[in-house]
Amino acid sequence: MIVLECLFLTIAPCDAAEPWQLGSQDAATPMMQGIIDLHHDIFFFLILIFVFVSWILVRALWHFHYKKNPIPQRIVHGTTIEILWTIFPSIILMFIAIPSFALLYSMDEVVVDPAITIKAIGHQWYWTYEYSDYNSSDEQSLTFDSYTIPEDDPELGQSRLLEVDNRVVVPEKTHLRIIVTPADVPHSWAVPSLGVKCDAVPGRLNQTSISVQREGVYYGQCSEICGTNHAFMPIVVEAVPRKDYGSRVSNQLIPKTGGA
Amino acid sequence: MAEIELKTAPADFRFPTTNQSRHCFTRYIEFHRCVAAKGEESSDCGKFAKYYRSLCPGEWIDKWNEQRENGTFPGPL
Repeated sequence: MIVLECLFLTIAPCDAAEPWQLGSQDAATPMMQGIIDLHHDIFFFLILIFVFVSWILVRALWHFHYKKNPIPQRIVHGTTIEILWTIFPSIILMFIAIPSFALLYSMDEVVVDPAITIKAIGHQWYWTYEYSDYNSSDEQSLTFDSYTIPEDDPELGQSRLLEVDNRVVVPEKTHLRIIVTPADVPHSWAVPSLGVKCDAVPGRLNQTSISVQREGVYYGQCSEICGTNHAFMPIVVEAVPRKDYGSRVSNQLIPKTGGA
Repeated sequence: MAEIELKTAPADFRFPTTNQSRHCFTRYIEFHRCVAAKGEESSDCGKFAKYYRSLCPGEWIDKWNEQRENGTFPGPL
């Protein structure tokens, strides 16, 4: 039974929100893995501090109950303890800051030029994706809208409020540049599994870089209030093997040329 | 389907931050200045054209093309 359960966990990674989920979705990019690892580092110190503070609090309440201990202490100084309770928290903060800054600065490093640029344009209330790296003129060669599947429409097995008609197809293990902008009001392009949340601000092109490490389908939702259907414009990224990327994209090119 | 070569506008050290609006605008202007200097058919300008088409949304390009035709483009062409 345990073996069966373990098998199930390995073949079904969590790349979309699950009911009653407590932890993060499974990471599919180095950035998200870094965020999860940092969370674990901080959580360790958090538990230590929580247990320590709770213990002191319970002890104080138990032993200094007014019936058992009617005369209060009048200690006002304690140089040693004051030094200790300044130094120890500073050390803990240092242990938290080191991995935190390492992750923060690693985000900004430009190691490799991106291989593909995908533009995610937010509208009320859907996303448009433009893959323009191969345009030979100002005419958009590959652009398509990505609408949510309405609640009464999904097929068996599809997630309510998370599925879309046209997914963003990307090759795995490739550096992608995602440019996020809206056509009307602010939106935000977020996919938790990929560790990305990028605000779409009118008049501005915001860039985020990702490199999806495994094939799969990753779900996210618009993360900036944008009107009545803000909850109904999800994002679905599908990572395919590099060798399949060309055929997938050209299949989309044929029926959907010029759709905007 | 033959393997398509995956290439796009490279990261530009003049625009290291998240806000790439100026990057897109600069590439657009560079293309048109190149064309003004070297002529419509010059192949040197093709590189700039690919860059701005990769970075800039189609709507922005259409708007700027219209502004250029009207003579109201707010940039140093």
